[in-house]
Amino acid sequence: MAERKEIEIDFGRVETERMRLNVGPQHPSTHGVLRLEVELEGEIVTDVIPHIGYLHRCFEKISENSTFVQVVPYIDRMDYITSMNNELPYVLGIEKLMGIKVSDRIESIRVIISELNRIASHQIAVATFGMDAGAFTPFLFLFRDREMILNVFEKLSGGRLLYNYIRVGGLLQDAYPSFKNDVLDIIRKVRETNVEIMNLLIDNKIFIERTINVGTLPADVAINFGCSGPMLRGSGVKYDLRKVEPYSIYDKFDFEVSVGDGKIGTVGDSYNRNIVRMYEMEESCKIIEQALKFMPDASEDVHATFPKKIAPKGEIYTKAENPKGELGFYIIADGKNKPYRVKGRSPSFVNLSVLPYISKGYMIADLIIILGSVDIVLGEIDR
Amino acid sequence: MESNFILELFGNNIWSYLIIAVIPLGFVTLYALVAILGELKIASWVQDRLGPMRTGWKGVLQPLAEVIKLLQKEDITPTNVNRPLFNTAPFVVFIGSFAAFAVIPFSSKFIPADLNVGLFYIFAVSSFGVIGILMGGWSSNNKYSMLGAIRSASQMISYEIPMALSIIAIATLSSSLNMNKIIEMQSGGFWDWNILGGNGPILKIVFIPFLLVLFIVYFIGSLAETNRTPFDIPEGESEIVGGYHTEYSGMKFAMFFFAEYANMFVVSSLVTVMFFGGWQSPFGSFLNDPISQVFWFVIKAMFFVFVQIWLRWTLPRVRVDQLMYITWKVMLPFAFVAFLGVAFWSMIKP
Repeated sequence: MAERKEIEIDFGRVETERMRLNVGPQHPSTHGVLRLEVELEGEIVTDVIPHIGYLHRCFEKISENSTFVQVVPYIDRMDYITSMNNELPYVLGIEKLMGIKVSDRIESIRVIISELNRIASHQIAVATFGMDAGAFTPFLFLFRDREMILNVFEKLSGGRLLYNYIRVGGLLQDAYPSFKNDVLDIIRKVRETNVEIMNLLIDNKIFIERTINVGTLPADVAINFGCSGPMLRGSGVKYDLRKVEPYSIYDKFDFEVSVGDGKIGTVGDSYNRNIVRMYEMEESCKIIEQALKFMPDASEDVHATFPKKIAPKGEIYTKAENPKGELGFYIIADGKNKPYRVKGRSPSFVNLSVLPYISKGYMIADLIIILGSVDIVLGEIDR
Repeated sequence: MESNFILELFGNNIWSYLIIAVIPLGFVTLYALVAILGELKIASWVQDRLGPMRTGWKGVLQPLAEVIKLLQKEDITPTNVNRPLFNTAPFVVFIGSFAAFAVIPFSSKFIPADLNVGLFYIFAVSSFGVIGILMGGWSSNNKYSMLGAIRSASQMISYEIPMALSIIAIATLSSSLNMNKIIEMQSGGFWDWNILGGNGPILKIVFIPFLLVLFIVYFIGSLAETNRTPFDIPEGESEIVGGYHTEYSGMKFAMFFFAEYANMFVVSSLVTVMFFGGWQSPFGSFLNDPISQVFWFVIKAMFFVFVQIWLRWTLPRVRVDQLMYITWKVMLPFAFVAFLGVAFWSMIKP
């Protein structure tokens, strides 16, 4: 394909008018209930206004009326694809406020399940991205493998989507005996499928043509908008909270921060945002392998460090690297058993805000591709 | 009219012509059921799953169940649609596909209408479907349908020109537009099919690349004509919801699908006729009687239907401007060169 240039339309004396099109909230590829008000000049998008709020569930207000423990299940429901990752920063924040130190086994199980959930989330992201481009088969391949991860989570917590597994001062229950083997199986299968997906989808000429040079987000703009996660790293910025400000036991592991390298396409386009997710799945596999080695084998009481009473005092901003980006919670605790305020900083919300900037001048089919590469979850945007 | 056994049997009267008209209709209905099942089963095979398993043995009755379901559905006509256009559009699309069956040569003894401009006729009526799509898209009073209809029209003017060039090349090679003539020119074995240079001396191997190019150009164009992935731009499920058939439901929606499947068979049989020897047996005179010819023809055509289904579940969709780029800037020059090569060959051919 030739370089994409500014499209100038000269209709001469023909009178045309721009069309306003509502994409969503019931549209196959708005990934939930997002409504995009799109202004079209033929097929060319001239303006995009995202309308959010269709999934607003008053997370922050409900948190003020629940105890610290009761907030955790609500956090699960924010980004319902990455519940395990969501729980981690909140629990770490409360533990920091109360000065609780948990054992190595608990920490490594937390890391392992977070990384497993990161793989599951990226699998969905790549799968739905492929589907936005019209490829249906990779979607089912990836969902088939995600099932294995969900099975492990089900054995651990009883839930397949919303786990409520990571608790303040420990876990719901200890890992079951064959946990290690199950996780190693998953890693093997994930690597196998990723090769298949690379062949079937990512290296496909049509797919490359559809995604390169579409929705290019320069690094400085990404930083100005506050983007994070694969969105920021796709633009070539090497910023990963696991590396920059290691939490939990991430400083013990050796892994690379994957960035969009621009080998195909330009740095910051939809292709590179997507390929970062593929690289990150591999890095997650590496972390899990190291964490499995680090994890003490002996089973232990994961309830041992549970606090008798959770009533911290003080305020804290706690953050973690979620699959979608930086998930942060600003928690104000005033010594009662309920938080005074819990403010969530959700990565999808911030990443979506850049959509109007990067999608102007492209076609409506590209708009869907760009939206797919941003990888939003509406539960987290609306909270 | 020696090419039609029904005329021989019943004589040249109105009843014979009715029977001749009904046979393709019955065939299309049966074929559509098989193709729907094939679509479901091939999709599930590609995607590592089972597909329908509950209706009948291994789910073979699933297409029947779907037809019954669609028949029972409420026929919704949205308010503010242009009713006459909205209601006729699905049938116009279907007529476009079905009319092409008039010249499809199932066997040397059965071709519904042995026109001497068969190839030209098929090319003319298959463009008819786009009118139906435009009617449906415009009358639906829906912006998505409108976009789909416009895309369909712009797609048509792109893919038809390289396709027409490959048809002209085959007409030059066979010096005829008659379907049966084109097939008879390829008599012999599979080495005499047009894809391998047609009937001629050994020098023909020099011109095989040209015919291969023409075949590929025609097949890519036919994918665009049937609105199948990677060129299902007018439907574009993830972008414009359902394109021109967004507002349709029940039997009218089924009509669009019926037409799509019928069209798949039409383009596949055209590929068969033009490049793969039509009803000719691949082994010379072995099993080359009129009954076996039906078998060979349907097998060859169904193979290309299978390829279309296979591609649909493997490839992503191209963008509308990329389709135009492919057709105008890549396929058209190739088709021109290949056409010149084939024209030269048919000139020097003894």
